[in-house]
Amino acid sequence: MSISLFYFVAFLSIFFALLVIFAKNPVHSVLYLIVTFFTFTIHYILLNAQFLAIVNFIVYMGAIMVLFLFVLMLLNLNEGSIGSKSNLLKMIGVIGGMCLIITLVGSARVLNASEPLVLQTQDLGLVKNLGKVLFSKFLLPFELSSILLLSAMVGSVLLAKRDIKQV
Amino acid sequence: MELAFIIEKFIVVTVIFLISLTIAAYSTLAERKIAGYLQDRVGPNRAGPGGMFQPLADGLKMFFKEEIIPADSSKALFILGPSLALLTSLIGSAVIPWGQSIEIADRLVSLQIADVNVGILYIFGVVSLGVYGIMIGGWASNNKFSLMGAIRAASQSISYEIPMGLSIIALLMTTNTLSMKEIAEQQHGINWNIFYQPLGFLIFLVCSFAETNRTPFDLPECETELVGGYHTEYSGFKMGAFMFAEYLNMFLASAVMSTLYFGGYNYPGMDWVNGMAGPLFGPLIGMGVLLLKIFAFIFFFMWVRWTVPRFRYDQLMNLGWKVLIPLAIANIVITGIVITIYDKL
Amino acid sequence: MEPLSNRKKVLEQKPMNFWERLYLPAIFQGMGITFKHMFKKKETIFYPEVEREFSENWRGMHSLKRDEQGRERCTACGLCALSCPAEAITMIAAERQKGEEALYREEKYAAVYEINMLRCIFCGLCEEACPKEAIYLDGPIVPADYLRKDFIYGKDKLVEEPLKV
Repeated sequence: MSISLFYFVAFLSIFFALLVIFAKNPVHSVLYLIVTFFTFTIHYILLNAQFLAIVNFIVYMGAIMVLFLFVLMLLNLNEGSIGSKSNLLKMIGVIGGMCLIITLVGSARVLNASEPLVLQTQDLGLVKNLGKVLFSKFLLPFELSSILLLSAMVGSVLLAKRDIKQV
Repeated sequence: MELAFIIEKFIVVTVIFLISLTIAAYSTLAERKIAGYLQDRVGPNRAGPGGMFQPLADGLKMFFKEEIIPADSSKALFILGPSLALLTSLIGSAVIPWGQSIEIADRLVSLQIADVNVGILYIFGVVSLGVYGIMIGGWASNNKFSLMGAIRAASQSISYEIPMGLSIIALLMTTNTLSMKEIAEQQHGINWNIFYQPLGFLIFLVCSFAETNRTPFDLPECETELVGGYHTEYSGFKMGAFMFAEYLNMFLASAVMSTLYFGGYNYPGMDWVNGMAGPLFGPLIGMGVLLLKIFAFIFFFMWVRWTVPRFRYDQLMNLGWKVLIPLAIANIVITGIVITIYDKL
Repeated sequence: MEPLSNRKKVLEQKPMNFWERLYLPAIFQGMGITFKHMFKKKETIFYPEVEREFSENWRGMHSLKRDEQGRERCTACGLCALSCPAEAITMIAAERQKGEEALYREEKYAAVYEINMLRCIFCGLCEEACPKEAIYLDGPIVPADYLRKDFIYGKDKLVEEPLKV
């Protein structure tokens, strides 16, 4: 049952991810992206990673996509307003797509099935275990990433703040 | 999964669903009654004795009104908006523990729909989804006032989710669990979290006012500036769905606050009462106590609405980012220090 | 500038102290005030059952009066219609026949007497113009209705109830 459920949800993820690209209206596109993230949440739950699931739910669906939607609503992009692309852009698109296909084919050539990864502990994704691992084994990367985020925040505040001397 | 378990859950879900819908419907009456009493009036009193059937009359009226869908709107999204708002406000009550387990025919029946072990985060996630209904509805209306309302709702809800989350973190430091059931169990008797986290509760309270779009933070639907805000273009039952979602959100916020900070179904002297009433009626009395707490909070929501004027937009942002977030962080730090000192002793 | 009168009062705006900037005491004070109002006497008057007392010079719906023997006072002279600034009053006069002395006081009476309540501005000039003291605006509020034609009040609605013997 679990395997068929996985394939069903995986199909949904890919389906909605494709809709994100093919939707004409940017707002519809964002909405499909939200649904895609929701299917990711289901994947996490199937993997018994409850904390990751709910954090994905809150941060990606609840916060980041709201901001995306926010900006797109203000831009008021309609289906026709994007405009036709120049020939140069089309050429670049074709070349980029070719490169991607070559890379994919090349990587598929050397593909072998990897060893199925077996989790040592089934409950690794639960909050308690995740917290213990984060604050003991991966303490340094965890703190470093928090410093990175802090510096990004300081940077954005600096950019947004008007220079007092110039005014 | 045995059949009895499924039936049991089905009954619990139905009952909780009905209770929340009834309370939300009667909140509309309570709002008007309380507004009346606070303004030396009496409120609606014509439909039934004391206006008891007013919610039914209102609901019927909503059904029979003409549904108008603006010609230039995106129709699917226009319908999706209120549906999503109603959905997200209804699924939140799934992790609230409504009482201790009751014993029927040698079976322990849990009065909680799902004991998710990340219960608080689940509610948090549902609340953060709630804004989509308003945003989609406001954008799909293709009306500048609706769009302004939707954008206000989005920025307000994002801004106030942060201090709300931070205030919950301080609470989690004292409870050591994310499960709503365990948090409720820890507050046995009068051992309520409000005594450990008064500042956290205050921040949570203010944020829940903002998250449910209630006055003084009802800028998304501010009549004086935005006509009707995000539901300007809505009529008939879709409008009713938005209104209903607001009252359901208020009910959910009250339930969460009572469970997290005011002991949920716990009350002083509950052991004695449980001993007297037996394993069936004891937990039901606890559930009644929880409902009483919820009613008190709903009354508080309305009382504030008819007292405090609406915030200005910049005041709202100042309060959220410059006052509540630093306060919440200070609360976390203080809680951490106190816990460390307490453990050392 | 020199103030002409000494009534001007300069409001001194002090910077708020800590408690005032918290706003919470002010909010609780306000909530206390609203809570007190819950127990005050309600001002509501339950209209159709209870009616508010009108003042003495209230002008409401018109009524065509009868004299002490129960006869209609109006003689259809048309002065009220003439004085009406909104031209709300119309009437058709008729001569009193033999045997109708108990119904009409004067020899001429109004067979049709209509007031358009949508036109009427309740100024009371008809009341003042009437030489026979036949019309008074002493009735209640004119009720609402659905159709325009229902606002044209005929004698069936205007004339006083006959005397009860």
